Amino acid sequence: MRAAIILFPGSNREGDVHRALLSVTGQNPAIVWHGEHELPAGTDLVVLPGGFSYGDYLRCGAIAARSPVMDAVRAHAQRGGRVLGICNGFQIACEAGLLPGVLMRNKNLRFACHMQHLRVERADTAYTSHYQKFQVIKVAIAHGEGNYTADAETLARLEGEGRVAFRYCDVEGHIGGGANPNGSANDIAGIYSENLKVLGLMPHPENLIDPLVGGTDGRALFESLLAA
Amino acid sequence: MKANIIVTLKNGLLDPQGKAIEGALKSLDIPGVESVRQGKIFEVELAEQDAAKAQALLKTACEKLLANTIVENYRIELA
Repeated sequence: MRAAIILFPGSNREGDVHRALLSVTGQNPAIVWHGEHELPAGTDLVVLPGGFSYGDYLRCGAIAARSPVMDAVRAHAQRGGRVLGICNGFQIACEAGLLPGVLMRNKNLRFACHMQHLRVERADTAYTSHYQKFQVIKVAIAHGEGNYTADAETLARLEGEGRVAFRYCDVEGHIGGGANPNGSANDIAGIYSENLKVLGLMPHPENLIDPLVGGTDGRALFESLLAA
Repeated sequence: MKANIIVTLKNGLLDPQGKAIEGALKSLDIPGVESVRQGKIFEVELAEQDAAKAQALLKTACEKLLANTIVENYRIELA
């Protein structure tokens, strides 16, 4: 699998996702500067990493979404290529029109930075085949704007088409209530595009790949991608 | 030509920043504050002198970048 990680000014999780991909796939992903107009030939997976691109100026992800390289990323997605947007990358994917909706300021105004349980909503996609359906996983979250918002029609379509990838839950897998860290609609932590090739999520699976740093529940996402 | 572009959150959307500011104003004993919603103003200077053309140009700027029309409204005021 050839992966390309897009580097924007203010990205800061590109090293983490590079390490995760290298550890699981054995291949070095390319790092692509946001000013490029093309992706490396043969790119299978584009990763929009976490961070604070452009200092979150204007709106989170808004300026990065208009970078030159994003035309190439959109073309890649239109060809059926995979795009994984993590945290700020999810915000960028929404601002770029790769995914519907928008990530708004956390309802309680707090920067949410803790370990969080998620429920894997389906295990039949290229991103989740190494999980079980409704498996509860524990990963890290670190964001101030993760409150997923979309109009009622869009939410109904996402639910109806099975496009919710992960939901916030407690340790037993119960959805919602106090387990929702940011007020996100329908407790959504991550969503897919219509063709299930684009995944955006607020949590950081790339940080949970090594038992030394708190767990390995994120590893299966990259193993799924490798097997896809 | 100068223009102001005012971007505001759509009605009904939760504005936690506005709520926090509202709470702070109330704690300062400023009487009668019923609600606060926060928005943005962009002051733009344009080479264009024709009002209609400037209006069209700024509309494009709003749609393409300055507002996220899923959750925000915008208003263009030419000076």
